[in-house]
Amino acid sequence: MAEPMLKAQNALPQGEALVLGDTRIDVLPMPRMTSLMPGPGHAALAKALRKHHGLDLPDPGGRVSSDEGECLWFGLGQYMLIGPAPSPLLAGAATLTEQSDAWTSVLLEGPLARQVLARLTPLDLRDASLPLGATARSEIAHMMGSLTRVGSEAFRLMVFRSMAQTLLHELKDTLEAVAARQAL
Amino acid sequence: MRLSKGGRIDRSRAVSFTFDGRALSGHPGDTLASALLASGQKVVGRSFKYHRPRGVFSAGSEEPNALVTLGAGARREPNVRATMQELFDGLEAQSQNCWPSLDWDLLEVNDLFADFLGAGFYYKTFMWPRKAWEWLYEPAIRRAAGLGALSGQPDPEPNEKAFAHCDLLVIGGGPAGLMVALQAGRAGADVILCDEDHEPGGRLLSEVEEIAGAPAMEWVAATLAELEAMDNVRIMIRTTVTGVYDQGTFGALERVGRHMKHRPGPLPLDCFWRIAAKASVLAAGALERPVAFQDNDRPGVMLAGAMRSYLNRYAVAPGDAVTVFGNNDDAHRTARDLLAAGVHVAGLVDSRPGAATDLDLPFYAGAQVTRASGRMGLEAVSIRTPSGEVKLQSDALAVSGGWNPSLHLTCHLNGRPEWSETLAAFLPRPGVVPGMQVAGAATGIFTTAGCLASGAEAAGKALETLGLSVPPLDLPQAGEQGYGVQPLWAVAGNGRAWLDLANDVTVKDVRQAASENFRSVEHMKRYTTQGMAPDQGKISNLGAMAVLADATGRDVAATGITTYRPPYVPVPIAALGAGGKGKGFAPERLTTSHAQSLAMSAPMIEAGLWYRPSYFPRTGEKHWRQSCDREVAHVREAVGVADVSTLGKIDLQGRDAARFLDLVYTNTFSTLKEGRARYGVMLREDGHVMDDGTTARIGPEHFVMTTTTAAAGEVMGHLEFVSQVLVPGWDVRLISVTEQWAQFAVAGPQSRALLEELLGRDLSDAALSFMGTMPIEIGGVEGRLFRISFSGELAYEIAVPARYGESLFTRLVGMAEARGGGAYGMEALNVLRIEKGFLTHAELHGRTTAFDLGLERWMSPSKSFICKAAASRPGLLAEDRERLIGLRPVGASKMIPPGAFLFNEGDEAVRENAQGYVTSSCYSPTLGETIALGFLKSGPERIGEHLRLVDHLREAVTICEVCETCFLDPEGERTRG
Amino acid sequence: MRMTCPLCGARDLREFTFRGAALARPEGDDWNEAWHDYLHLRDNPAGESREYWAHAAGCGAVLLVTRDTRTHEIFAVEQARGAGA
Ligand SMILES: [Zn+2]
Repeated sequence: MAEPMLKAQNALPQGEALVLGDTRIDVLPMPRMTSLMPGPGHAALAKALRKHHGLDLPDPGGRVSSDEGECLWFGLGQYMLIGPAPSPLLAGAATLTEQSDAWTSVLLEGPLARQVLARLTPLDLRDASLPLGATARSEIAHMMGSLTRVGSEAFRLMVFRSMAQTLLHELKDTLEAVAARQAL
Repeated sequence: MRLSKGGRIDRSRAVSFTFDGRALSGHPGDTLASALLASGQKVVGRSFKYHRPRGVFSAGSEEPNALVTLGAGARREPNVRATMQELFDGLEAQSQNCWPSLDWDLLEVNDLFADFLGAGFYYKTFMWPRKAWEWLYEPAIRRAAGLGALSGQPDPEPNEKAFAHCDLLVIGGGPAGLMVALQAGRAGADVILCDEDHEPGGRLLSEVEEIAGAPAMEWVAATLAELEAMDNVRIMIRTTVTGVYDQGTFGALERVGRHMKHRPGPLPLDCFWRIAAKASVLAAGALERPVAFQDNDRPGVMLAGAMRSYLNRYAVAPGDAVTVFGNNDDAHRTARDLLAAGVHVAGLVDSRPGAATDLDLPFYAGAQVTRASGRMGLEAVSIRTPSGEVKLQSDALAVSGGWNPSLHLTCHLNGRPEWSETLAAFLPRPGVVPGMQVAGAATGIFTTAGCLASGAEAAGKALETLGLSVPPLDLPQAGEQGYGVQPLWAVAGNGRAWLDLANDVTVKDVRQAASENFRSVEHMKRYTTQGMAPDQGKISNLGAMAVLADATGRDVAATGITTYRPPYVPVPIAALGAGGKGKGFAPERLTTSHAQSLAMSAPMIEAGLWYRPSYFPRTGEKHWRQSCDREVAHVREAVGVADVSTLGKIDLQGRDAARFLDLVYTNTFSTLKEGRARYGVMLREDGHVMDDGTTARIGPEHFVMTTTTAAAGEVMGHLEFVSQVLVPGWDVRLISVTEQWAQFAVAGPQSRALLEELLGRDLSDAALSFMGTMPIEIGGVEGRLFRISFSGELAYEIAVPARYGESLFTRLVGMAEARGGGAYGMEALNVLRIEKGFLTHAELHGRTTAFDLGLERWMSPSKSFICKAAASRPGLLAEDRERLIGLRPVGASKMIPPGAFLFNEGDEAVRENAQGYVTSSCYSPTLGETIALGFLKSGPERIGEHLRLVDHLREAVTICEVCETCFLDPEGERTRG
Repeated sequence: MRMTCPLCGARDLREFTFRGAALARPEGDDWNEAWHDYLHLRDNPAGESREYWAHAAGCGAVLLVTRDTRTHEIFAVEQARGAGA
């Protein structure tokens, strides 16, 4: 096979970025991401999503996932389908917009994760307001972002691709400071 | 001197430190102040204005005197309160505000001229000549009247900011605060307990007291142990809550790394916390206040409660012979504790006539201290008793004028305290901070038993508001000390009696202010500077108000108190600005061609948060202009490639998308055909231009809008507002796709050939005419091609998903170079657009209208659009408005700097005569001359006129000719290929 | 300051962007007194104020906020879309 004309390049090197003790920062692979905007009334999208992807439409601040993929609440009138290519049959129920290249995802996981985030986002990260599986749109290190609690000590952070390096740099610096404090 | 036993210090270890170079030692558990006192260091600083020797006065964050400088070089830290600084091995402290030395300070001469340096001195004396203020008076005053100095070097220390959230914030870890935390913790609330000290306990750390029949600190230890075992309780020591803000938001300063010599590199010095709490309890205790009498600032005079702290907590005897002076029972405890520690008490002086004591010491009831003697340290105390004058030989004097509840935080949201005649103090007014209870000494309850009960009660109320049930509680037995304060603010007499030690304000100064009619507390404060030092008058405010009340014939309640504002203690700017240095200043947005541009040695410039290449230097080019001129020539003669991904791209879909565009743009988009793009102008609500750009229709109900880089965020916010607020019923779905696409301009006569080669397809006018758009595919990657031009050349913009951006950029540049062209940067892009008279935000600067910009033909007369009414105001359409024109130099000078003003040739170059101004200019390599854009009164009617351009700042004077805005190919033949 | 977004819950002020007083917008494209009032003669109420705030760093919703400019107490936060403002 001939060399492809254009080579894909991620905003950040994939995989492990920093591990300090049991807390780690990993750059996640770029999944297929499609914005779903149902417009007035969500019923048709809820039905279509269930039918074609086996996913329920999440409530605000929610996330629904299955083996096939995930649907993330992404703000007013917007959902993000993560993983599968969207069924063309969704098109009647929502506006589909390709967003796979627009976001960078980083996983922050470990006992210090919450303390790191307390220095980067004004969000209330306690269990009561951000239980497992909850998602929020908020500021992350002064950048518009999306934060999803994917494990008891694991958070997936998403910012625009152009700001990926800033996110990584802020996360690393903050983890180092928090780890130094922990070591006192 | 250190006592042989007692105290909460670790005598098994010695801690070495230096003060003004002298090697001293203390113990773990000491503060710098206690270690200095233990080492016999009486004088620790010089006063602000008169340079009088001063000693440690308090044992907490309210300290007015013992400010020192720590460290050296860039790490030098001025104005550190020795009373708050935990001692560590290797600490280096310097005294402040003295020269050449602490013992021999030349500026002490100020003290001899005190009569001339009183209230309002600066305002009255340094009036004339006015110019001397800047170069003589102010620098001299600042040097003489000063605090410690900053290093003048960039701050190398890391700091941090953080957020915390809780149900209940407890401010203060004394008996009341601990009781609140205990009850709330047991009830299951999420609790944060902040304590300023490095060890909770509050006054209990300093008092000889019992709780539940055992030493009080045992109760503290047991309570802390229980709290620490609770997952829902977080104890933050070394953390001062500094401010109260709306909806349960608090600021707090945590001193993270100030108590150690060798901090691990990334460990912050301070952390500034923003704490969001559903409810709060203020249990900040109380601050003792002194009594003013002649020379009451002598080293060795300190607050009575502070003396107990040094005695009981740090095992430091404040002197060999101590006098205690007070107007309340609490002062007696100091005498009692001194006797118990075996310190000689020269006398207990109680101003209350009927006072009595069981203590075995010389006791003077109804007596007052009239003077302290001893310049470098207290030697004797003069007292006036009912039976005559007495002089007591003393090297230390404990003073208590009573206690003021620490209610500062209750006033941060505009609350005013209320006066209590019984306690002779201001008390917090209930309910002035929503969700906040006040407990313990902060409410004027000064017994330990009362504090515990008050804490339990406040916890109960807070838990109720949180919807949690109150756990049962047996209040432990604790002390029920008497207080019985009788107000005494200033002892009558001659000489100077200090109110505000930190700013050197005396009773006389306040009386003088009153006599000059500065009767309001706020006026008196600013005239005398009382309460304006780093300690914010924590110790002195009430005394000063009382003296003012007396001088103006009012009572204290009617006189009032100055407003307490955040921060409660000084907060370093470095903590507030934590994380904002270097790369932390703002997020960096990098394009997909960033790495490649750097590899091509392009200097990057900031465009908002974005970084864009300025130009791409080639071997042999020594000046940016050489590169820029070459890049312009590439585009004009061959083909150039530029990354334009930073332009905002907004995807609009929905049944009403076309109608929506008609509303937000001045011109019509509903008539735009699929596969076509159109230039559009967008106005602000007030009729001025917000932004411009092109919008393409790529489906029946599908558009892609382009905004300028500068206004991308503003336009998106505007569109969201219009769709959600102005036309909420319309079906329009907006999403930014700026980040999804990498987009490159390919411009120049050879652009078509280049793209035909890349895409392997025909791009003739028939396939894609000017202002057309079409989907494309590059080796299986789907993208989009637009035939639009910001250079006036035959040009395209090609977009691919961002992951392919770097690859496509590299490929396009290579292909352009093969055709005698190459990449071009922002400098060339700017030249190209000025040559064509195209606009950027230099022209769309917020004060220009479509009419000013020559865009009136884009204002559709046949449809409605946002702000059509405002844009039609006669004032915005007047012929003599400053309107867009072109300029070229015609005289000897060729300089046309942006920002320069335009004048009629005969007119004086003053503001009133200005005819207009320059917004953009460049050297045009295509035309071989300098060209510019600007705004000129009645501009388009003055083509051919000569004007005098004056740039007062850069001292340029240039004769210019007014010309059309388009300097090159006005018919647009090149664009159409 | 904190506001409770109907979609996102209680959030810090920094996530929100002020979008001006919530006033009835005049009809029509001709400049007249009503437009003049709307554009230039703004009240500066000491007390209850109705304002638009965008949850710009959050869900993106434009919110209609009723609050007291003296005490900063917030009486109501609702989505502007559907609030009939
Ligand atoms: Zn929201």
